[in-house]
Amino acid sequence: MLKVKVNDIDLEIEEGLTVLQACEQAGAEIPRFCYHEKLSIAGNCRMCLVEMEKSPKPIASCAMPAFDGMKIKTNTPLVEKARKGVMEFLLANHPLDCPVCDQGGECDLQDQSMFYGIDKSRFKENKREVPEKYMGPLIKTQMTRCIHCTRCIRFAQEIAGIDEIGAIGRGEDMQITTYLEKTMESELSANVVDLCPVGALTSKPYVFEARPWELKKTESIDVMDAIGSNIRVDTYGWEVKRILPRINENINEEWISDKTRYACDGLKNQRIDTPLIKTNNTYEKIEWNNAFNKIFEKIKSTPSNKIAGLTGDLTNMETLFIVKEFFNKIIKSKNLDCRSENIYVNTNDRKNYIFNTPLNRIEESDLIILVGANPRFEATILNLKIRQSYIKNKTEIYSFGDVGELTYPYKIIKNKTDIIREIIEDKHDLSLAIKNSKKPIIILGQSLLKIKSSKYVFNEIKKYLKKNNKINEDWQSLNVLSNNASTVGSYDLDINNSENFDSTVLSKIQNNEFDIIFLFGQDNLKFKKKNEFVVYIGSHGDNGAEIADLILPGSAYTEQDGYYTNLEGKIQKAYRASYPPGEAKEDWKIINELSSFIKGKNLFINKKDLDESMLQYLKLKKTKKFNDILDNQFQSEDILVDHFDYYYSNVIARASLTMTQCRNEKLKLNKTGTEG
Amino acid sequence: MSIKKISKIQPNNFEFNDENFTLAEKFISNYPKGKQKSAVMALLYIAQKQNNNWIPLSAMKYIANFLKISYIKVYEVATFYSMYNLTPVGKYFIQVCTTTPCMIRGAYKLVEACKEKISKDEKKLSSTSDSSWIEVECLGACVNAPVVQINDDYYEDLNKEKMIKILDKIKKNEKIQPGSYRGRKNSEPENGRKALIRT
Repeated sequence: MLKVKVNDIDLEIEEGLTVLQACEQAGAEIPRFCYHEKLSIAGNCRMCLVEMEKSPKPIASCAMPAFDGMKIKTNTPLVEKARKGVMEFLLANHPLDCPVCDQGGECDLQDQSMFYGIDKSRFKENKREVPEKYMGPLIKTQMTRCIHCTRCIRFAQEIAGIDEIGAIGRGEDMQITTYLEKTMESELSANVVDLCPVGALTSKPYVFEARPWELKKTESIDVMDAIGSNIRVDTYGWEVKRILPRINENINEEWISDKTRYACDGLKNQRIDTPLIKTNNTYEKIEWNNAFNKIFEKIKSTPSNKIAGLTGDLTNMETLFIVKEFFNKIIKSKNLDCRSENIYVNTNDRKNYIFNTPLNRIEESDLIILVGANPRFEATILNLKIRQSYIKNKTEIYSFGDVGELTYPYKIIKNKTDIIREIIEDKHDLSLAIKNSKKPIIILGQSLLKIKSSKYVFNEIKKYLKKNNKINEDWQSLNVLSNNASTVGSYDLDINNSENFDSTVLSKIQNNEFDIIFLFGQDNLKFKKKNEFVVYIGSHGDNGAEIADLILPGSAYTEQDGYYTNLEGKIQKAYRASYPPGEAKEDWKIINELSSFIKGKNLFINKKDLDESMLQYLKLKKTKKFNDILDNQFQSEDILVDHFDYYYSNVIARASLTMTQCRNEKLKLNKTGTEG
Repeated sequence: MSIKKISKIQPNNFEFNDENFTLAEKFISNYPKGKQKSAVMALLYIAQKQNNNWIPLSAMKYIANFLKISYIKVYEVATFYSMYNLTPVGKYFIQVCTTTPCMIRGAYKLVEACKEKISKDEKKLSSTSDSSWIEVECLGACVNAPVVQINDDYYEDLNKEKMIKILDKIKKNEKIQPGSYRGRKNSEPENGRKALIRT
């Protein structure tokens, strides 16, 4: 511990802190532009100057390590003068275009010049003008505003792992650019917009949309992937204008992926705002009551074992729970599942389907093996954590099969199940590596759980890790990477009602064995429709609505309160930021009203009742012990990692124009000129 | 100084020739293992020497792959230093010093001569495209101001007429004599050495 004095306040700080951090602990605010907690120290904006005893000149506090007996002053005339001077230089070339700048109102430079700057300019010369740079469909540049803090360069290099942004030229003429003005090829690229302390890098889809003080801010949870990033939803009236990250050190720190941030314009397009019924191959508007009546009639005339339901990838847990109750109590059918693909899962033990290593402890790992997973696209934040682990302790990373660029080096192992058997039988080099590793992480992707011998592979890996004491109180090495926000929640609520962990409901649906199929926001189902009556309850007109005979308009994740369990098994609540469009209703309400139409009685009195029942269910949940018959069904086959269409992975993203642009940019598709 | 422009005409390919390849390896071996990227400046210089005194983008890419660093890192270095030429220059590359001592001694007259004889604008090839000129900051030979650097040699104590003569010779591809053009030896006083003489 070091003893430091800041503004006559004595304090003890840990070793290795900088003067700036010490000042913060003493409660003294230090203005800064280039310094950022998560990035390396650059020390080039000079805004954080403070006075140190025995130093003739002020020191840059962000770059100066604190030492014992240091006496710092942050409120002297010298410091004030130094800050004013720095501010004047920064503003010398900064345009006075705050009224037309998108950063206005949330601009570090604006705020700090109000506090620490001087009120008039002495700069009579011409201001420097810098040409705009193209950085892709997400980042709008106005480089004249740049103050060369280099946060974006450091972010790209250190966090995103793509060395594509740099500073060319020098001195006054230094310019920030991507190499030859190419698009930033990262799923985290838009975080530079948040990092930029001025309006040089702003959000392209949000350009001139709103001022920060006009927006209603709602803290919520993201559903674009299973990470459950903490977000803030900014709305103007009904419209979701933008989505920003919220700091949660245990999950997403302060970054979010581009899809999380920019798929929100998909909430405006392709919406279903009224109940629709299919007659003669066209959809016609229908009253809610008539729609319910139609379902009632259908259900009455169909035996309950001929009715099936599939829940979707964005469905919140309340809806899942009420759907489950609806199937149990009203329809009295067990044909309910959450899987749109044949994925092996053993729900006896919660550890079988969650990501057991806490996200904030991944960086402690010393060996990471990816089996059938591409974390970069399936869970971008997870990929970032793996990269942090690699940077921190040069973690050895292996992957079954080549999954493309992951922003860190990894060794490729042949993508054969035979290799897994060799490892389990201690015949492979990797066996030794696993045994020697103190904190290994094995990540099993959804692609692995889809293959024929997934049951064998999963259970054998688990057995092997247990045998070698890699699954213990302190460290859980077996991890399942789920791709969807609702996956873990669905398993927690036992939506997969089938007896032997296989998705029998799905195969029966695909064999056209049912007469009525309910799709609760399920858009990824691949099946050929015959004579089934399909009811789609969801927010967007997509694959699900296309095959439906009756469409009931539901809500998206920003339009209703809802719990989501992320891949680690953390339950978080997303709050309502907007309201459903047109005649659309919150999902749980639709099921509740439908039940009351059929049975004359609501399933739940109100939302609170539903929430409490659901949480109670999770609390009292008794694991049903199914016998997981472990026949030695080993099969030699390839572990193919599915191509994961990052920008088109769910209904909201598919409806989003921004995501389409990003996807086209990625596919290097030329514009056809007809997109409007 | 403004930002350096990249040439619009770019060769598709660049590779070190055998001699430069070994030279590059030698420069890399000067640095500890894993710090090979420190050799980027030396390698850019070698590439510039090999490619008629300018560095094309393909050479930057080649060097980036050679040192296993990203393209932008090489690009940053190449745009930072003024002595890397990113556009084609003439066979005779004339750098006129216009920093204060040379300026006082009439460097702008030399610039005039260049404008008349080579091209109106700096960094632009002459009509025969064998020479180009550029204004540079201090060449460090203020004692012999005004100074001009043509390729690797200094031409000192010039005035406009002498400069024109040199440029005429260049045009005819004749050999030119480096050094002082007022008969001085190095930077000794004109009327003989006054100090450090053995008595």
